[in-house]
Amino acid sequence: MTASATGGLMASLRVVGHVAVHVFKESVRDRILYNLVIFAVVLIIASYLMGQMTAGQDVKIIKDLGLAATSLFGLFIAVFLGIGLVSKEVQRRSIYSLLAKPVTRLQFVLGKYAGLVLTLAVNLAVMIAAHYAVLGVMSWMESPEFRAGWEAPATDPAMLKAFFLIFVQLMLITAVALFFSTFTSAALSAALTIGLYVVGHFNADLRNFEAVVDSPAAAALARGFYYALPNLAPFDVKTAVVHAQPVPWGYMALTTAYGVAYVGALLLASIVIFSRRDFK
Amino acid sequence: MPAEEAPTAEAGPPLGGLGLALAIVVLLGGALAAQAARDNRYAAWEAESSLLYVRSGAVLTRLGLAFDDLLADLYWIRAVQHYGSTKIADEADRTYDLLYPFLDFTTTLDPRFNIAYRFGAIFLTEAYPDGPGRPEQAIALLEKGVAAMPEKWQYVMDIGFIHYWWLHDYEAAAEWFRIASEVEGAPWWLEPLAATTLAQGGQRGGSRLLWQQLFETSDNEWLQAEAGRRLLQLDALDALDQLALAAQAYRDRTGDWPRTWAQLIDTGLVPFEPLDPTGTGYILVPGTGEFELSRESLLFPLPREPEALPDPPS
Repeated sequence: MTASATGGLMASLRVVGHVAVHVFKESVRDRILYNLVIFAVVLIIASYLMGQMTAGQDVKIIKDLGLAATSLFGLFIAVFLGIGLVSKEVQRRSIYSLLAKPVTRLQFVLGKYAGLVLTLAVNLAVMIAAHYAVLGVMSWMESPEFRAGWEAPATDPAMLKAFFLIFVQLMLITAVALFFSTFTSAALSAALTIGLYVVGHFNADLRNFEAVVDSPAAAALARGFYYALPNLAPFDVKTAVVHAQPVPWGYMALTTAYGVAYVGALLLASIVIFSRRDFK
Repeated sequence: MPAEEAPTAEAGPPLGGLGLALAIVVLLGGALAAQAARDNRYAAWEAESSLLYVRSGAVLTRLGLAFDDLLADLYWIRAVQHYGSTKIADEADRTYDLLYPFLDFTTTLDPRFNIAYRFGAIFLTEAYPDGPGRPEQAIALLEKGVAAMPEKWQYVMDIGFIHYWWLHDYEAAAEWFRIASEVEGAPWWLEPLAATTLAQGGQRGGSRLLWQQLFETSDNEWLQAEAGRRLLQLDALDALDQLALAAQAYRDRTGDWPRTWAQLIDTGLVPFEPLDPTGTGYILVPGTGEFELSRESLLFPLPREPEALPDPPS
C-alpha cells in the first residue's frame, strides 16, 4: 500500500471517528445513560427481594436478572437509537448540511454505526460492573459453607462470555436497525427490526422444516430463510454460564465470526442503499 | 398600514414558586384522599390467582425468546408463593392445583434448575393440608430431573426417599437407592443404605438414618433446614414414646391414667414438664395416657410414620 493510500485511509478513519464520537455525544445528550441508573436500581432492589421469595436461589436469579436486563436494555438502545441513525437526519433535514461537508456516505454510515456501538459498549461495561458489584456483595455476605452449595461462584468470570455474546448480538441488531433506517421511516424500521429479532430466535425451527411439511419446495424455502435471516438463538448462552456449563472457545469464536460477518454484510448493504438515495 | 404580525408562541415567564408547589401537594393529597375513600367504601378487587395463562411449558419456552431463564425464575417464585400462601390460608378447601404446573413450567424453561426439582418434590409430597400430598407428582418431577441431568444422584436418592417416607414402599425405595449408588460420583453410603432400607423399612432408626444423610449431604440451606426439622420431629416422636411409657407406669402404680403433669412429676416418673425440641410444651390428654405435640409447636403436625415391614413368614 502506498503512503498516499495509507494516508487517505487514516484520514477516512478519522472522519468515521468524528461521526462516531458525535453520535456518542448525542446519545449522552439524549440521556440514554439514564438507563444505567435504572438497571442498577432494579438489580439492587431485586437482590434485596430475591432472598425473601426464592428459597435460597437469590444468586442464580440475580445472575439471570442481570444478564437478561443487560440484554433487554441493550436491545432497546440498539433498536430505538439504531432506527433513528439515518432516518432522523433525513426527517429533520440535517442530512443536507452533513453531506455538504467533506464526509462521504460510506464514512457517514460507518461513523453512525461505530458511534452507536460505542454507546452500547459503554452501557454494557457499566452494567457488567454493576452486575458483578451486586453479586460480589452478595457473595461477601454469605458464609463459605453456603457459598460451597452454589453451582458457580457468584462473581464467576465465565459470565463475561455471555456478556460478550450479548454485545455481539446487539451489534448485529444495531446493524439491522441501521439497514432499515437507510430506506424507510423510523416507525417501520422499529417494527421490522423487532420482527427480525423475534424471528431470529425461532430461526432454528426453519432448519428442520421438512420434518413438519411434506412439500420439498416449502422445506427448501424454509432452509433458505434459515440461512438468510439472522440466527440469534446461538448468541444466548446465559443458561449455560449460570449453571456453570462449559461454553467452548471454539463455539464463541464461530458465533462471533457469524455475527461479525453478518454485520459486515448488513453495513455494506446499508452503504449501497444509502449511497443511491437521492436527497434533492 | 402596518402588516399584521403572525402570532408567535412566545415563552412566558418560567413556572415555579410556592404556589405551584402548593398546588402539586394539594393534588397529590387529593389523589391519596380519593384512594383512601375508595378503599374504605369498596372491597379490594383481587386478581384471580388460580389462573394459568399458558398451559404448555414448550409454548412458554418459545414465547420466552432469549429470556426463558428469567421466565423460569418467575415461575419458580410463583410456585414458592403459591405453596406458601396456600399453606397459611384460612380456607378449609385450600387447593394446591397450580403447584405442579408451576414446577413443571419452571423445569421446562430451565431444565437445570436444581432446586426446583428437589424443593419442588418436598412441596408436592407434604401431606394435606400443609401440602398437596402428591408423591406421584413429586416422583414425576424428579424423573424429569434425572432425564435432564442423569449425573444427579441426589434426584434418584430423593425418589427412593419418597417411596420410603411417603409411599412406604421399602422395596421400591431400596431399588432406587441402589440405582442412585450406581451413578458416577454417588457417595459410598448409598449402597449399604439400600440394604438397610430393605432390612429396617419402617423403623424409626431407618428414617433417622435417611434424614441424617439428607441433612449432611444437602447442597441447599433450605433443604438442610427441612431435613433438620424432620430429625427434630423424630426426636419429638421419641419423647412422646417415652411419655407414653411413663403414663403406663403411672397407671400400673395408681390404677388410673394421669390427669395433670404434677401427678407424673410427684411420682418421679417425669422430672419436669417436658418441652419439645423447639421449646414448646407437650400436651397431656387427661385420663387417656396419651400425649400430643402442641399446635403451637414449630414441629406441628408430626408426620405419619412409615409402617414397619411385615415379619417374613417363618
